[in-house]
Amino acid sequence: MIQQVDNPVLEVHDLTVSYDKKPVLWGIDLTIPKGSLVGIIGPNGAGKSTLIKSIMGLIPLGSGYTELFGASLDQVRNKVSYVPQRGSVDWDFPASVRDVVLMGRYGKLGLFRRPKKADHEAAMTALGQVSMELYVNRQISQLSGGQQQRVFLARALAQQADIYFLDEPFAGVDAATEEAIITLLRKMSEEGKTVIVVHHDLQSVETYFNWVIMLNTRLVASGPTSEVFNQRLLQETYGGKLTLLSEVGNLLKKGQFPNRETAP
Amino acid sequence: MNELYIIIAGSMVAISCGLLGCYLILRKMAMVGDAISHAVLPGIVIAFLLAGNRDSITMLLGAGLIGVFTTFLIEFLHRKGNLQSDASIGVTFTWLFALGVILISVYAGQVDLDQDCVLYGEIAYVPLDLWILRDGTNLGPRTLYVLSFVLLFVLIFIAVGYKELFLTTFDPAYAAAIGISATLWHYLLMGAVSFTTVAAFESVGAILVVALLIAPPATAYLLTDDLKKMLMITAGLGVVISTFGYYLAASIDASIAGAMSTVAGLLFALVFLFSPSHGLIFKTRTRNAIASSRATTD
Amino acid sequence: MNELFTFLSFEDPNTRYVVTGTVLLAISSAIVGSFTFLKKKALVGDAVAHAVLPGVCLAFILSGNKNPVYLVVGAFITGWLSLVIIDQIVAHSRIKEDTAIGLILSVFFGLGIMLMTTIQRSGNAAQSGLDSFLFGKAAALVGTDVIVFSTISILLLIVVFLFFKELTLIAFDEDFAKSIGFPVRRLELVLTTLTVMAVVIGIQAVGVVLMAAMLITPAAAARFWTDRLKVMLLLAALFGAVAGISGAFVSYTAPAMPTGPWIVMIISVIAMVSFFFAPSKGILYKMVRQRRIQKTIRDENILKLFYQLGEAEGDYLRPRSKQELVERRELAKGQLNAGLSRLKRHGFLKFHNGQWQLTPEGKNKGQRTIKLHRLWELYLTQYLRIAPDHVHDDAETIEHIITPELESKLEKLLEYPDVDPHMSKIPYQS
Repeated sequence: MIQQVDNPVLEVHDLTVSYDKKPVLWGIDLTIPKGSLVGIIGPNGAGKSTLIKSIMGLIPLGSGYTELFGASLDQVRNKVSYVPQRGSVDWDFPASVRDVVLMGRYGKLGLFRRPKKADHEAAMTALGQVSMELYVNRQISQLSGGQQQRVFLARALAQQADIYFLDEPFAGVDAATEEAIITLLRKMSEEGKTVIVVHHDLQSVETYFNWVIMLNTRLVASGPTSEVFNQRLLQETYGGKLTLLSEVGNLLKKGQFPNRETAP
Repeated sequence: MNELYIIIAGSMVAISCGLLGCYLILRKMAMVGDAISHAVLPGIVIAFLLAGNRDSITMLLGAGLIGVFTTFLIEFLHRKGNLQSDASIGVTFTWLFALGVILISVYAGQVDLDQDCVLYGEIAYVPLDLWILRDGTNLGPRTLYVLSFVLLFVLIFIAVGYKELFLTTFDPAYAAAIGISATLWHYLLMGAVSFTTVAAFESVGAILVVALLIAPPATAYLLTDDLKKMLMITAGLGVVISTFGYYLAASIDASIAGAMSTVAGLLFALVFLFSPSHGLIFKTRTRNAIASSRATTD
Repeated sequence: MNELFTFLSFEDPNTRYVVTGTVLLAISSAIVGSFTFLKKKALVGDAVAHAVLPGVCLAFILSGNKNPVYLVVGAFITGWLSLVIIDQIVAHSRIKEDTAIGLILSVFFGLGIMLMTTIQRSGNAAQSGLDSFLFGKAAALVGTDVIVFSTISILLLIVVFLFFKELTLIAFDEDFAKSIGFPVRRLELVLTTLTVMAVVIGIQAVGVVLMAAMLITPAAAARFWTDRLKVMLLLAALFGAVAGISGAFVSYTAPAMPTGPWIVMIISVIAMVSFFFAPSKGILYKMVRQRRIQKTIRDENILKLFYQLGEAEGDYLRPRSKQELVERRELAKGQLNAGLSRLKRHGFLKFHNGQWQLTPEGKNKGQRTIKLHRLWELYLTQYLRIAPDHVHDDAETIEHIITPELESKLEKLLEYPDVDPHMSKIPYQS
């Protein structure tokens, strides 16, 4: 059940990504319509984070390509925003909430130029959207997990992008933050922004997302939640790996075969 | 006057190293800094042999290149050879440093460097090497000009690249996602560290450069939560270390560089124990305060 | 050359001492270093090595002489202290381990240099030779020194032998060791003590500055040759010993040369050779294997091409010109020529009158490649839901790596299908 759409904001075409030559994502083909609020689900090690990292150009692709707004990432970077996993950075870093949120403006600023008044205003607006204005001068080491996640989200908002990728934004946050974040994401989606979220909790999938991507090394399903989020496809997604596929993957790793003949 | 020259030279070395060191320790690359400061030695010797003296720009360039090569080799062995990164660092710098010491012994007659200089520099000789123009005008110690240039270079580097260094240090994945190359800034920083290490080498020796790269930033890191303040405190500590180090060395007739490292260590120890925000003694109190503030805001 | 023979004949009792001493020191640090290497704590040894310098100097200041026992005790105390402080800094502040190691290493060393320079300038005649701790001096090992250090080395080796099982486990999986009730903390204490002792005696030969290499480099080199711990330890010891002997030789022939750097240079060269040339893990070896794989892939593609041309015409064994091949599939000229002659050598192709022809073996091989290609395409469309127009590229690779076991699994899973997603017939061997 893989539903393709016309004029997608995101297109992933024949994407294969490997770690140490072993494919962790295998032949992914999918398209996402504008304004969707998308959940990426699948078991641990299914390649959920890998999918958004490869779309963001953070890991080399074994094959295939991805397009955003019908163009390559480099052409539309200003319209794309990314929220990494909270645990991926050192929260002891000597920075204030303001410093972190301003980072969202760096991409637009370029070398030499320092943030201007407009940038500070954008940062404050973004903080307001996650109800963190009062913490603007707080050091990030003094934030709770939920507050850290809000700051990360505010940084992405300050980019004023059109498509957002969030890597497990609900991991380890309090209920109030989760509620606040999903409300905000819904609002963004209503305003026509596309939001793509790596998600763990199957309970909330139906209420949170209107589009679901189900992954387990290969793509099991991609389509409107009401159509694809059913027992049969969940079973297939979480029912274990395809043994033949992982055996072939192991062979690739063992022999250090390139994933494509022409690959370097 | 000589005292002042030495203290100024020491301060400039300590500030240059410390400022770059802030980024090294925040990137968890302190040991890479250690490796670079050892590994530039063969570069210095080879450049010395080629150029015939130590004043030339060849030396800075040659050794700077070796520094970047070291970083590259460490990563190459780690990535391509699957060698764990700590071992990769250990193998690489000991090898290059050994090469440097051997070169010095082999070319002992031609290279005006000895093992003592390698280990703890010749900052005491700073006032002796004067820059005198042809008409006899005395412009003061030559080293001070070199070190001012290095300090200026470091200041400009950080001022120009502040945003990018900040972001690629804090969150390289996000930096890459918004189109700022973490790799580029990584190598630029390593280049700057190599360059500074080489310049500092003459004054404090290869190994004690490490103390100045790491100790002041580590101390400052326990005093503030703000990167700009951390940089400023580091610079301040550099002056204090240089001053007290000089007088400590003079009082017991010892190596100035050794004494500077010792002072740097003592300052760290004091701050580690008594820092108002992160010191061992006050920490429990702060932690409780944070816990209660979190409870009210969540 | 003569010098080498005299050296190796061990006629001079002093040489015998020096060689025995250096080799034992090198072996014990290589073995202890292997465990710290596997525990991913390689650089801790570097910190200890630098931190023993102030201990040596303080022992000298307090005792007023260079009795090796006092110096060892002093070195041991500050070496140990440095590890305790690193642990404390990491546990009680937000300073990360690498910073703590670098900090303690450089500050202790700086303190050591300060003490050493003040001793040197104090005019105490007994101090001369203290600076040999910096870069090592194997030749300085005489009489009692050798006996003291060799005893400690042998003791270290015995302790490692006794605790072999336990050390292996904590190096491999500390949590598991804890879960099965091993006294992990005490065992770590044993490993730490071993490390400090190895450093304390090792610095006699190599010096404090480069001691880290004696712990890390032999282990890192040995790791590239084997996956078995015992073999790795033996190799590390062997590499250490070779470097140790060379160091002693340098000390013997060129007393002005610093021994430590030479020992380190030799062990580093061994390591670099291992990193690049060791079978299966070496960087160059991997590259060569990659190229071999590329060649196999190209050869199979050529046979496949013959088969495809034959399939279209219904005549697999017709002789064909190179031109025909290139028209069907783009192939670099040099690679095609090399491939054709390789295939002829292996009996898959025949060549006469300027034309190439499949042998029956060649046909079988080409047919199998085609079969696997089409089976894999079918698998991808059926099980991975990949669109038929996207499966070709993937199958181009996978066709070359599927083993006979996987092949039969694939056939069974797909129930011996007749055609692939593009309706091409899947050719089974009759």
